[in-house]
Amino acid sequence: MEVRVRALEARLTEKGFIDPAALDVLIDAYQTKIGPRNGAQVVARAWCDPEFRRWLLKDATAAIASLGFSGRQGEHMVAVENTADVHNMVVCTLCSCYPWAVLGLPPTWYKSAPYRARAVKDPRGVLQEFGVELPAATQIRIWDSTAEVRYLVLPRRPPGTQHLSEPQLADLVTRDSMIGTGLPRFHA
Amino acid sequence: MSYRSHADLGGLDVRGPIVMEAEGELFHAPWEPRVMALVVAMGPTGLSNIDMNRATRETLPDYRDLSYYEIWLAALEKLALQNGVLGDSPPAPKQVLHADSVRAAINQGTSMSRPAARPARFSIGDRVRTDRREPQHHTRLPAYARGKLGLIEKIHGAHVFPDSNAHGLGETPQWLYTVVFEEKELWGDVQPLQRSVVSIDAFEPYLEPL
Repeated sequence: MEVRVRALEARLTEKGFIDPAALDVLIDAYQTKIGPRNGAQVVARAWCDPEFRRWLLKDATAAIASLGFSGRQGEHMVAVENTADVHNMVVCTLCSCYPWAVLGLPPTWYKSAPYRARAVKDPRGVLQEFGVELPAATQIRIWDSTAEVRYLVLPRRPPGTQHLSEPQLADLVTRDSMIGTGLPRFHA
Repeated sequence: MSYRSHADLGGLDVRGPIVMEAEGELFHAPWEPRVMALVVAMGPTGLSNIDMNRATRETLPDYRDLSYYEIWLAALEKLALQNGVLGDSPPAPKQVLHADSVRAAINQGTSMSRPAARPARFSIGDRVRTDRREPQHHTRLPAYARGKLGLIEKIHGAHVFPDSNAHGLGETPQWLYTVVFEEKELWGDVQPLQRSVVSIDAFEPYLEPL
């Protein structure tokens, strides 16, 4: 694979389509700057600031951009809020659509056949694999990202966290809790 | 001849565990980030678009046997061949992504919103039925949601229509809706009941009024 990729990159560079230096910058951006810590900041802000929460649920693209996260695979954002009655979970059954601007590159399982096949039909079974057991009365809402709208789950704020600062709250927000396959960490 | 996507997996009986992955565990081989970056960097050249990329990936005959970055690589190679990029007289790129313009390109993204040519056919709360026909081309209506009754929940404005854009037939923008389906409508009497609802984002041509 290594050789095959290097050969393609060399050909595309030689033909003037690719600047290899741009590839290095792209890789660095997704390895060090654009990842789920961005989304965690959005969630923590929404937990602390009711005005921001309302804005996020009404116009997620603008609210998220106000924190500096915008652009590629985040052009059309919708935030969906977990409540006592409804738990949201996001999937892309057709490929691997994922909100890169707030969560970075998707984990392998998100792109893999078992998750994509089962999330829509057996969400409770899938959640069990992730160690999440929801009350039987909770409705599960699955968002299949079949177009260019990208979904961010706003998880419920864990109890007993009133005294925490926004950055401390952000530390409780896991990537999976923003996909809906997990819950935020509890504060010990 | 009907169109065969190997990527339309929703609701299929796929066994095997969902393999957990830690945050920050992004790549599993040194060539994977290179493929990711090549695909992203080819975007500005304008030789293909996101819908062409998806159509090329999902019709790879060995799609189900490949890892995700292997799929991306195979489709990239195939498109490069098709577009004559590797030939003796390659087409001119619209734009080449350079190191100093990467951040701006990422931050700007590529909006798929377009002005609407006519008013939306459906309103929030309308009952609709999705197209039941086998697709003859790339489409974003998943098979599990074909010929099903749903409810319009949200209107996203007009967006680039993948069904035409994937085949070089233009963007022909269409209204985009979030459509919600009850679990019984999609799967019948599944046991145990999940107490779930599923939504898709559906373009207007996928929908008929009830």
